[in-house]
Amino acid sequence: MLDLRRYASLGSALRDALERWSDEICLVEADRDREPQRLTYRQFRERAFPLCRFMQERGFGDGDRAAVLMTNQSKWLISAYAILHRGGVIVPLDYKLSAVEQAQLLAHGRAKWLIVEYHLWRAIAQSGGIPGSALTHVLVTEAPANAELAGALPWEACQAKGEPGFVDRTRADAASIVYSSGTGGRPKGCVLTHDNYLEQCRSLTSLFPFRPGVRYLSILPTNHAIDFMVGFIGPFVCGATVVHLRTLRPEFIREAFSRHRITHMSLVPLVLKNLEKGLRTRFAALPAHRRALLRLLVGLNRRLTRRRPRLALSRLLLRDVHRAFGGELEALFVGGAFTEPSTLQFFYDLGIPVANGYGLTEAGTAVTLNDLNPFRSDTVGKTLPGTGVRILEPDAEGVGEIAVHGRTVMSHYLNDPELTAETIRDGWLLTGDLGRFDDSGHLQLFGRKKNMIVTEGGKNVYPEDIETAFESLPVKEFSVFAANYIWRVQLSTAEQLIIVLHPDSGGEVGEKLLEDLAARNRRLPDFKRVSGYVVWKEDFPRTASLKIKRQALAELMGRRLDRAEAVRPL
Amino acid sequence: MRTLEQVMDEILDLAANHFTVPRNELSYDDDFFKKLGIDSLQALDLLTRLEQRFGVELPDYELQGVTDFRALAERIKARI
Repeated sequence: MLDLRRYASLGSALRDALERWSDEICLVEADRDREPQRLTYRQFRERAFPLCRFMQERGFGDGDRAAVLMTNQSKWLISAYAILHRGGVIVPLDYKLSAVEQAQLLAHGRAKWLIVEYHLWRAIAQSGGIPGSALTHVLVTEAPANAELAGALPWEACQAKGEPGFVDRTRADAASIVYSSGTGGRPKGCVLTHDNYLEQCRSLTSLFPFRPGVRYLSILPTNHAIDFMVGFIGPFVCGATVVHLRTLRPEFIREAFSRHRITHMSLVPLVLKNLEKGLRTRFAALPAHRRALLRLLVGLNRRLTRRRPRLALSRLLLRDVHRAFGGELEALFVGGAFTEPSTLQFFYDLGIPVANGYGLTEAGTAVTLNDLNPFRSDTVGKTLPGTGVRILEPDAEGVGEIAVHGRTVMSHYLNDPELTAETIRDGWLLTGDLGRFDDSGHLQLFGRKKNMIVTEGGKNVYPEDIETAFESLPVKEFSVFAANYIWRVQLSTAEQLIIVLHPDSGGEVGEKLLEDLAARNRRLPDFKRVSGYVVWKEDFPRTASLKIKRQALAELMGRRLDRAEAVRPL
Repeated sequence: MRTLEQVMDEILDLAANHFTVPRNELSYDDDFFKKLGIDSLQALDLLTRLEQRFGVELPDYELQGVTDFRALAERIKARI
């Protein structure tokens, strides 16, 4: 791989990568069972340079911001490259947000350019455009011929001849503005520098080095910090191949493993669990004697890989399982949310190492990572090289807030000095997550300091936002909590939302009330539903302005109630 | 050529059957995520079944910004 210490900016490292690996396969674009495009690094450059030149001729450069709003595809990376080549700042936007939310972030990020897929642009135009934006140029990809583009230019028209000028940046300059919380509330635009990315990349590749021949399947959105690093920067500086699939349907993802002989992939716990479910169903359908044999082989593999993964051996022992994954899978990376240890162990026992970690956009993606030496399913791994992690004000058991220090920690929140000052103190990023180090230096995660959960799909959910669904419920008062905010236990199962009910005086929580509760709950999207309720027969502590003192209430309940007894399933 | 109503009815039949929700509880303007109680992965599964039913290819992005059966039917009808 390239020696990243030599580079001042991401743009200069990527520019060298395109030359260094010019004959290696850079990108494979797949759409179901078709493969519309395959590019070498040289061809990637041939596609990127005309866009760089086009942007240059229209004055784009030196810290100008350009937003990218696309599903995972080659033009995402070509656009990102062009922006960095011109010394610009990338503002990656989440294609899963609503058009109105996307427009709000576009205005907040003050991007001058927007590169966007046609169907997403159409949705923005139909929902009222982008009030308050700083946009001067919009380029639209995949636009049908003669489509009405509301003042935008089609991608195909954005070509200019000639060598584009390269604009270098310093390590301290901003490389991107990544929004870490999508919906509702105040936008949190994390300003990440070239130093943040180059150091994070150096650290991750020291544990999991990529190389030409690595084929990485990119299905997490590229706007997300994980895929941006592991599905773009990492593979490029190492000459690896990125495979984009234009669909997220499980049946095509399964096929892609063998069709493209995938070696690495990142996913969120929800998708990993789906894979596990699929495999378990297939195992259960085997004839009894084959099931018994499989159990035997899995047991043997577990014993032989206790200290470290032994891929060749596992592939030999469990040939059919590995063949279903294409036979060349080396590791899966999982992050973005908490993964159940049993799921991690299930894959590890099959000889498919899953490297789980802990991280947040504010810390430039990953803070800890399981290095698999040995594999520990009950932790989120050890601190990455070059990163410092401290547990603030630990209690008697050593549990306290996780604080992160190092060159991967973001510069600041865009336009929000107040939030920045609250979040980064004396160079330490306060994560709001609770954790503890065990004797071997592995980080264990506990509940959160904030009343918040991260779903298995990697979404942050604030219980306060869910309460509107239960307004006018016939009780004296109620409140929604993350159960781990009340009872601080090591995370070993998925996180849980609960509703605390204070019945009317003399009233009970009867069947009718529970039916009402369940009906309202069903109307919420699945990841926002409460899964249990607690009956609390005292007045909630409140502030002078009558707001519920959540922390005080949580502490009271945590002290007085036993979780197993108090939480009743809904 | 199916009318929009016919497409919507077929979607509702299929969704009710596949996710075991009483057919008479579903109407054209319902939010299908909420009414069927499904997540985005299950919605992709629904899309696959609708492809088989209508014999068309529906890219994942056709679900972008679509939450009600009527809008989904319009997207499908445009591709039939």
